Order: sequence, then C-alpha cells, then structure tokens
Amino acid sequence: MKTILFIEDESALQKTFGEVLGKEGCEMLSALDGEIGLKLAKEKKPDLILLDLVLPKIHGFDVLKKLKEDNETKDIPVIVLTNLEDIKDVGKALELGATTYLVKAQYSLEEVVEKIKKALGE
Amino acid sequence: MKSEFINIVSHQLRTPLTNLRWAIEFLMSGNPENQIEYFKILKENSDRMGELIKDLLIVSRIEAVKLFQRKEEFSLEDLTKEIIKQFLPLAQAANVEIKFEAQEFLPKVFSDPFQIKLVIENLLDNSIRYTRGEGFCQIKIEKRKENLYFEIRDNGVGIPKEDQKYIFQKFFRSENVLKYQTQGTGLGLYIAKSIIEKSGGKIGFKSEENKGSTFWFTLPTK
Repeated sequence: MKTILFIEDESALQKTFGEVLGKEGCEMLSALDGEIGLKLAKEKKPDLILLDLVLPKIHGFDVLKKLKEDNETKDIPVIVLTNLEDIKDVGKALELGATTYLVKAQYSLEEVVEKIKKALGE
Repeated sequence: MKSEFINIVSHQLRTPLTNLRWAIEFLMSGNPENQIEYFKILKENSDRMGELIKDLLIVSRIEAVKLFQRKEEFSLEDLTKEIIKQFLPLAQAANVEIKFEAQEFLPKVFSDPFQIKLVIENLLDNSIRYTRGEGFCQIKIEKRKENLYFEIRDNGVGIPKEDQKYIFQKFFRSENVLKYQTQGTGLGLYIAKSIIEKSGGKIGFKSEENKGSTFWFTLPTK
C-alpha cells in the first residue's frame, strides 16, 4: 500500500482527499502545518508528498527546501498543490525540486488523483 | 501593489471555492456514507465566500472614499446590548462569558449605527473566537471628555508581539489565526479601523500572548 503525506491546512481538503485516496488503496497521512509535515516526512518516509504553499508555521517553499536538503527525504516526489498561480511561484517550486506544480482551481478531483497515480508510477 | 492585492484576493476566494468543488465532485462520484459531513463542508465554505465578498465590498467602498455614513444620534449602550444578545449562542458554545458594564447616564454618540454595529460585531467575534474554554470578554463603556470610550478585554490567546504592528492591515492574519483554525477574512480589523477613523474616533489595542487582548475605540458624542 502506498503512503501519501498531505501537508495542507484546509481540513475540508484533508477529509476529501483522505477518502478519495483511501478508495484508491492508498494510506493518507495528514499534516495541518509545515512543521508537522516535515516531522511526518522524516518519520514515515511516505511514497509521495502533496504540499500546499500557504501554510501555518513554515511556508510551503521552506518545507520543500528542507525536504530536498535532507538525505532522508530528498528522493520523495513532491507535488505542489496550491491556489497561488504566479509564474514566479511555479518557477521557484520547480527550482527547489518539486515534481509537479498544480493550481487547485484548475483541476478536478479526478484529474488530481490521476496526477498522483502518475507520480507514484502507477 | 494592486496586482499583489488581486493575487491575494483570488487566492482567498479560490480556497473555499476549491473546497466546494472537490467536495461536490466527491459527493457526485458515488454514494459516500457520511454525506452529511460533506454537506457541512459545502455550507461552511459557501458562508466563507459570502463573508469574504461582503468584506471586500466594504473595503472597496472605503478605498474609493465612498463609505457613506448616515450619521444619527444613538445609544452605544443599547446597540452593544443588542449585539451581545446576538452573540450569546457563539459565546456559550466557546465557553466564554460575556460581561458588560456601562457608566450611568451616558450621552448618545453621533455616528452611523449600522457601521458601528459592524465594528462591535467584529471585535466581539474575534474576542470570543480567541478566548476558548472558561474565558471571559469584558465590555465596558464610559464617558471620556467629549467622547464615549468602548473597551473589550479578554483573557484569550492574545496576539504575538511580532504580529502586533500588522493587525490593522488588509489580509494580515496572525499566526494564531492559523494555529487555532479560526475562520475569518483577514479584513475585519482593517474595516473596523477605517470606520472608526471616518467617524471621527480612534481605535487601538494592547495585547500579550497567552494572557489576552484589550481592544478599544472612541466615538464623538456630538
């Protein structure tokens, strides 16, 4: 079973994704802020991380940077899932090592799940 | 600056919109057992969008200097009592006691009661939301020279020192807002400050993290 860590402060999205990914046979770990996200990433070594950018405590970019600097987490693929769509943010995320950058409002739930499966190599 | 504002607004509007869209898609995708929880998500997020749009309209009026004020004489004490009544269910749910005291024979204030109501509602709402579990909000009104002085003091979470200089700014939301998962548009205090200043009064606060906050404003009596 693949494990996905979802670092996102919107509890509504945590709930929706928890169920959708559960139906896809994945286990989802929830982190409501960047600090817990980093801690869970190190402890649980998920197969994939979904990362929001506007996060409490530690901004998503700093989370991404720390994940990619740490030998234990640097190889975990990270999908940035945010509603920030400034081209500068996209460039920065990809430069820091994100696998994909998705603007939430541009995708259906099904399309996001497809992107997740693709990143997991399914 | 303007495009930065639009970026923030679009982000703030899209967040509940995404919550709505994906919850609807999930509901449509099959027959989830816990439908009621998803209906709750729909309700909360549509309310959130409504609040944000309402606040944005007020902000746009303030910024266009078109915030028309229908000034009249009214009792700040009566208005406050009416608002407290309206907030009792929220206070009870948060286990917060609202206390009220007013000096005797207070004069009336000369301002726009509808807008002052928005200010008091905003301050009381914040106070209750950040004071949870056996807390209190103490409201007092007294006369100070030619003004009425309104104060709301609580023993809530307070505002971190480093955030204090920003709290009247548009869309600024303190770390505590995120930590305590409260809903809000990030515009309420900006609106409150604009209304009070336009009414010829002053607004301010003092706060200590983990001890509480005191917000106050003054309004002219003539």
